[in-house]
Parts: sequence; structure tokens; C-alpha cells
Amino acid sequence: MKSLSVFANPHRFMTMSKPVIPVIGIAGFLCVAYSTWQGLYIVRPELYQGDAARIMFVHVPMAWLAMAAYTFLALASFIWFVWRHELADLAAKSIAPLGALSTGLCLATGSVWGKPTWGTWFQWDDARLVSVLVMFFLYLGYMALRQAMDTHQRAARAGAILAMVGVINVPIIKFSVDIWSSLHQDASVLRIDGPAMPGEYLVPLLVGALGYTFIFGSLTLMLMRSEIYMRRAEAKVLQGLVEK
Amino acid sequence: MKAKAFQSIFRQAVSEAWAKGGGFILPLSFFIGVGVLVAFSVGNRAELLSQISGGILWVAIVAGAFVTMERLYQADLEDGVLELHLQDTGPLTEYVLAKTLAHWLVSGLPMALFSPLVGIMLQMPRELLPLAGLCYSVGSLAIFLWGGFGAALSSSVRRGGLLIALIALPLYVPTILFGVLTIEAFGTDEMFINLAFLLSSTLFTLAVSPFMTSAALRMSAD
Repeated sequence: MKSLSVFANPHRFMTMSKPVIPVIGIAGFLCVAYSTWQGLYIVRPELYQGDAARIMFVHVPMAWLAMAAYTFLALASFIWFVWRHELADLAAKSIAPLGALSTGLCLATGSVWGKPTWGTWFQWDDARLVSVLVMFFLYLGYMALRQAMDTHQRAARAGAILAMVGVINVPIIKFSVDIWSSLHQDASVLRIDGPAMPGEYLVPLLVGALGYTFIFGSLTLMLMRSEIYMRRAEAKVLQGLVEK
Repeated sequence: MKAKAFQSIFRQAVSEAWAKGGGFILPLSFFIGVGVLVAFSVGNRAELLSQISGGILWVAIVAGAFVTMERLYQADLEDGVLELHLQDTGPLTEYVLAKTLAHWLVSGLPMALFSPLVGIMLQMPRELLPLAGLCYSVGSLAIFLWGGFGAALSSSVRRGGLLIALIALPLYVPTILFGVLTIEAFGTDEMFINLAFLLSSTLFTLAVSPFMTSAALRMSAD
């Protein structure tokens, strides 16, 4: 933990994160541009779904990001709860809206994709769809709870408890619905033949996923920095150095 | 000594609920009201109503549970009772468990006991009523436990009622899922499997949520 604590210093964070933001932001933008260009113009239409499958290049990265973001949110909450590193709390606070956004985009693109291929916007008995929707509500609850608290400390503590409870719940939901759909032999399965996907699709998809992750990281760092500036300004007001 | 503390908290919580305006009457009448309103708005379609009655009752129980949830810990936080419990050497989970069980006994169990009546109003098949009542009794305990967690998290917030609903909503998914599946699978082997999952999700909640609720109360009291 000692080696990681080096990064927990806000001043060091401010100096180190400043050059990182534009670098990964631009790299992410280029990756996403490449993936989108490939996905929309270069890749041949899919055999069965035709052009509808092109939305995969947005949908799949968003789904991955949504889950990864919740994992990081819970991890950051845990680190804050145990070691009280303020930066971990700032990270959790900044990840939440971005994670909610990617979950929302994942649901929206999934519905748009589902309508022409499955014939339905949403399938209430599908494990993956429902668990993603639940995750969306967990994000919303997290943000609403933080917003309602009167101090930073209390918001951090309440949010951390909720995020950690939520991470217990997600595998339960997944597990429970898996059991159930295996009992019912349900035919509606959401899959894109992951390993069997040809390289023509796989490479732009992975590059796109990397790009969206970079952009996510860049935005998270940006939000964290603005939050630090905000708290510094609050501290100045409290010290009576400036008028509000 | 421990059992005595638990007992006295439990008894106090129950008698407080009784003293403050009848306790079970408000949630129970809200529960019945939701059922009646749905039956009324669906209209004269007995077939449809009978198919969805199991799910409607779950929604009605959740709605009824939220009626009294907001004040569960808020009252104790405001008049300093919670502070005294925090200074006690005993575990806070004891207080949480006694409080939640009393709350469930006063407002959750009456709803489960009245579920056959509302079920009949909603055209639920008669042979389903005992099984459904069992599911609602078991499931409502989990609903009250997670609702109590939400209430503890937002007890320092003024008018946190809607916040509790948003926090607890995702946590209700396993309970309602297995509850509905048990009723749907009536008469088949799957009924027992789903009932076992419903029971285990309630037991899991019973084991986990008191600790989370205690952590949340410590936060609110700070």
C-alpha cells in the first residue's frame, strides 16, 4: 500500500494528472474515430443482421465500460472506507456520472439493436438486460444519495456504504437469473459469438473499446481535478480569504 | 443480558408503533388501496387481472412498506435515542435487528396476512392463495430489511422518503424475482426450487443487511 500511497497526495495528483488528460484524451479520440470509421464504412454488413450489427462498435464498449466503472466505483469506495484517502473518494464521485452515462448508452444502443434483430426493445426475462438495468439504478441511487447529504464527509461515507452493498448485489442478480433461465430453457440469448468473431470485426471493436476507456479515464481525471479546485475554493472561503 | 436488551428494544419499538396512530393500519390500508386501485384501473378483465395479481401484490407490499420506512430511524436520531445506543457496549446490529423485526411485525406481516383477501379481489386463483401468502411473508422480511438499510442511509436527510425508494429498488430484485417465479411455477417441481431461492435470499439479507445498516447509522449519527 505504501507504493500506492505516493499517488494519494492531492498536490502530486494535480501535477501528474495535468499532462495525462490531453494525451489519453486525444489517443482515445483517435482510437474511437478509427473504430467508428471501420464500423460504419469499411466492415462488410453482417450475414444475418445486415447493417444493424454495426451498432456493436458502440454498444459492446459501453457495456464493458459500465461494468468496469461499477467495479472501480466499489473499489475506490472500499479504499476510501478503509484508508480514508480523499482521492479515492473523488475518484468514486467522478466515476459515478460517467458510469451511469455509459450504462444508459449501453441500454439505449442495446434497445435500438434489439428491435430489428430480436423484435423487441427490451426482454424482461433476460439475465443480462435486467442486471444492466439494475446497475443503472444503482448508479442513480448512488448519485442521489451523495447529492442529498449536507457535508462532503457524510456524502463520501454514505456513498461508499451503498456502493459496497451494490457490488454484492450484482453477482446475486446475475447468478439468480442464470439459474432461472437454465431451468426454463429460454431461447433469447444475447451473444455475438465472441471468440468466433472474425478479425475484421474484432480489431476495430477492441481498438474502440480501448479508445472509449481512454476517453473515460480522461474525463474522470478532469472531473476529479475540477472537484479539487472546487474544494480549494471552498477552503479559501472558509478561511475568510475571499468573499463568497 | 444480551437477550434482554434485544427484547426491550423490540418491545419498545412495537409499542411505539402501536401508540403512534395505530401502527399497522396506515401501511395496511395503503397496501389494500394499491390493490383496489389497480383492480379498478385494469377494469372488468378478470382473466388479465388474475394473471398479473401475483406481481401487483408485490408492488403493493413494497408501496406499503415505504409508508412508515422514512421515520424508522429518523425519530431515534432526532431525539437522541440512537446516540445512547451508540454509546452502549453491545453491538449496534442488535438494535438494528430488533428495530427492523418489530417494524416488520407491525407493518409487514399484516400485509402478508391480508394478501389472500386482496388476492381474491384481484381474481387470484384460490389454490394459489396459501402459497402466495407464504411468499409474501418471507419476501416482505427482506423488503423491510433492505428498506431499513435505505432508511438508515438517508435518516439524516430531510424528506428522504423518495431517496429510500431509489436506494432500495435494485436491492429488491432477487426477492421479487423469486417471489414471482415461485407463484408462477405453482404445482411443478420448480416451485420448491424457486421457493428455496426466495428463502435463501431472505436469509442472506438477514445475515448481511444489519451490518450495513449499522454502518449507515454510525454515519448518520456522526
